[in-house]
Amino acid sequence: MKILIVDDFSTMRRIIKNLLRDLGFSNTHEADDGMTALPMLKSGDFQFLVTDWNMPGMTGIDLLRAVRADEKLATLPVLMVTAEAKRDQIIEAAQAGVNGYVVKPFTAQALKEKIEKIFERVG
Amino acid sequence: MASEILINHNSEFVAELKECAKLLTEKLQGNQFEEASALIQSITEARDRHIFQTVGKLTRGLHNAIVNFNVDADLSKQPPQIEGSDIQDASNRLNYVIELTQKAAEKTMDMVDEAAPIAANLGQEASMLRNDWARLKRREMSADEFRELYERMDGFLGQMEVGTERLNKSLQDIVLEQGFQDLTGQVLKRVIGLIKDVEKDLVDLVRMAGQVEEITGIVDAVDNEHEMEDLIEKRKHEAEGPQINKERENVVSGQDEVDDLLSSLGF
Repeated sequence: MKILIVDDFSTMRRIIKNLLRDLGFSNTHEADDGMTALPMLKSGDFQFLVTDWNMPGMTGIDLLRAVRADEKLATLPVLMVTAEAKRDQIIEAAQAGVNGYVVKPFTAQALKEKIEKIFERVG
Repeated sequence: MASEILINHNSEFVAELKECAKLLTEKLQGNQFEEASALIQSITEARDRHIFQTVGKLTRGLHNAIVNFNVDADLSKQPPQIEGSDIQDASNRLNYVIELTQKAAEKTMDMVDEAAPIAANLGQEASMLRNDWARLKRREMSADEFRELYERMDGFLGQMEVGTERLNKSLQDIVLEQGFQDLTGQVLKRVIGLIKDVEKDLVDLVRMAGQVEEITGIVDAVDNEHEMEDLIEKRKHEAEGPQINKERENVVSGQDEVDDLLSSLGF
């Protein structure tokens, strides 16, 4: 499965990449902002998007909206991994069509569970 | 403090106004219209003087703030060009914190990446040896196999010694790498100090500005109320970064609460 990891902190991208690799997903790519991620998604046949919320150019929530609004990307499974912990934001993400929401700091177990849940639903 | 002087200054002016008001009423009652007119003129002049003085104090307060924070700026440019300042310095320090923490995290992960295979290999070899050892115990081993096992065991014990030494070194180095927290902590403390100073000066300035508004009779437009409401609503949805105070009402305290919230909404 081809996965795109989006976060403006390279340390976090590395952590998520490592965790995904431990779960058996080694075909991972990275972007440091929603702005650079969107064209990658549009042209790249990715099957899963893992994104942060807070990014300087285009935020994760805006990236999610852009993905859901795009014909080709509308059904792309999206997992948000973010420090944003306000209820209003979690609800906003859910309403915008996010498939899973992991709050930082997170455990390997939490990440694994959410990913499994997403793919068990999507089939 | 500047704003206390301001309060006294105001009360002087108010006393003066009251005096003039009394005099004015007298003149009007006595039909001394020319004198009343002249009095109104001097009241206006006193008010203007007072406004200028109060605004002057405010401007001086602003200049002092710029001096206090060592702002070195070319104010003739539009927008003003800031060459250097305490705040710029604080900004640089904070960037240094980001850099330092990133380097420490990367280095730590590098050391883990180096150490992990060593541990994995030792584990694997131990596992294989254990199986063979079990065979030996069940007397399922030939003499040749036993000789091989003998050598392998020896080799393994050597590997263990070398491997664990390297692992210990890596673990120690990882602990050392956490030293960044001390350096970043020091920087952050200084920046906190600066922020508090800025806040204090801002509050003083706002108080002085309030005095000016009072004197000049500037009234906040009703629009501002709606602006405040809109701002509060907007803030609810704004990203805030990691939450420090888990007790805050509108904030979740961990993954479990996130899950509960989402499932309660049917997601």
